[in-house]
Amino acid sequence: MESVAQTAFPWVVWLVAVSLAFGGVLMVVAYTVLAERKVLGWIQGRIGPNRVGPWGMLQPFADLLKFIFKEDLVPDKSTKFVYYLAPVVALTCALMPMVVYPFGPAITTIDWTFLPWHLGDGVTTLPLTISRIDVGVLFVLGITSVGVYGIALAGWSSNSKYSLMGGLRSSAQMISYELAMGAAVLGPVLLAGTLDLGGIIRAQQQSMFRWFIIPQFIAFVVFLISAFAETNRVPFDLPEAETELVAGFHTEYSALKFALFFMAEYVNMFTVSVMCTVLFLGGWYVPGLEAIGRWLGISAYLHEGTITYAIVSHVGFLVKICAFLFFYIWVRGTLPRFRFDQLMNFGWKFLLPVALLNVFVTIVVVYFLNV
Amino acid sequence: MATNALFFLFAGLAIASAISMVYHKNPLYSAISLVGVFIALSCVYITLAAPFIAAVQVLIYAGAIMVLVVFVIMLLNLDDDQPLNRLKYLYIVGAGLGLVLLVQTLFVFYAVLRAPKQAVATNETVGKTLSIGANMYTMYLLPVEIVGVLLLMAIIGAVILVRRLSQPELENVVDDELTRRDEEDDIGDFRISI
Repeated sequence: MESVAQTAFPWVVWLVAVSLAFGGVLMVVAYTVLAERKVLGWIQGRIGPNRVGPWGMLQPFADLLKFIFKEDLVPDKSTKFVYYLAPVVALTCALMPMVVYPFGPAITTIDWTFLPWHLGDGVTTLPLTISRIDVGVLFVLGITSVGVYGIALAGWSSNSKYSLMGGLRSSAQMISYELAMGAAVLGPVLLAGTLDLGGIIRAQQQSMFRWFIIPQFIAFVVFLISAFAETNRVPFDLPEAETELVAGFHTEYSALKFALFFMAEYVNMFTVSVMCTVLFLGGWYVPGLEAIGRWLGISAYLHEGTITYAIVSHVGFLVKICAFLFFYIWVRGTLPRFRFDQLMNFGWKFLLPVALLNVFVTIVVVYFLNV
Repeated sequence: MATNALFFLFAGLAIASAISMVYHKNPLYSAISLVGVFIALSCVYITLAAPFIAAVQVLIYAGAIMVLVVFVIMLLNLDDDQPLNRLKYLYIVGAGLGLVLLVQTLFVFYAVLRAPKQAVATNETVGKTLSIGANMYTMYLLPVEIVGVLLLMAIIGAVILVRRLSQPELENVVDDELTRRDEEDDIGDFRISI
């Protein structure tokens, strides 16, 4: 009973839960865009957007309005159906993994009968996961791998040489780095003995030293590097390299269709940050939280199952994710772009062998030491 | 009841995508339709309580193999497939094979109808990752190994096909081409100097 979909709540509550998760993720994504512009500005000695609202806090909404009201240009010679389909595929596949994110621990100490219209009758736990499936890791990897179609089809259907080159580069790059990423994910999965995201967090829960970043540091680095390639970010942003390809696969897209691609890129960043946090940094687990509760004498409010514990854990989860998002932006402000042959050589001849070797060593260790 | 409705929804989607795959003349549309078939099939697997197979179906078929196919179609920039008259006999072969498939399907349907009905326990572990892995590496180890060797053979075959020219010959081809271009350049220079 570790997911909202399996509790005794009626379907209205699931709808609220799904909307909350959806809105929350989109808000984080919107402010990631703003944070990116701000941090890049600071790195480059500029101020960044500061005109819309205090410190530019309303900039994401101004951008959204601008995207909605811009003129929507469709190239004359494009393949219309596929041209319209591509951004939808990209954003849908980026948003779908949201249903398995473990946002926090289950709340078990609240009596839900106070809710009106018998909404909370017979409910004892409120898990902070929309749906917990047995193969969560594979689900996320599979859905994000389908997201390649959005970019590849956009490049093909635009009927422009820059778009086509961008689409080709992107599909080649994402297929190549998906292998290294999958092999890196195997390390924590082998140690935890489950493919379920909640189970992987449980396996790292005893202390900070059980986090898989310590035994699986190589897998962590490989995962981080291939995550940059999977999300088409600097230094692997060859599908949209502006100095050679204008804007790559989305050269011919304008207004809201471009906005969908833009959002898909940032939602994908969020997804890989969640995966990195869950696989290597203990997910929502905040080290020493229960010990602090005992030390301060408020143990009744800070043991697992209480609502305060859940909130603090959820904030910890968000802080870890934001650290990864900041790292993304930092790297973008620091590193130059790879050349395409360098990218392929690095992916196939260095990253993949290292990841496979790590998997092999992990298998041997897990088998003989029975960790 | 909801499961039945979902099954018919996704089975219908799978069949519709399959028909669209065969029907379209543009190879890229066919490829996209095939992706639709795979995704609809994986949804059917989920309704049948086999989440591992469903995830692997999306990850490998839709996410890796079909991306490669789409990649090749984009790279070659294929046009619409022209009907070839000399392959008329294939229609007859296809009709025959289709008939065999239909009879087979009907036979399976008949056998399922005749089999005694069993209630499926909801907490069954058959489709779960652990039971699949345990069975694959104990009971069905030999078939797994054979499939592995088969895949290795396919990879080696592909590498040999690509490398039909051995390395020194390839270098010769490149050198010949370069010297030819140099000669052309020389002629060009000569003409300009006159």
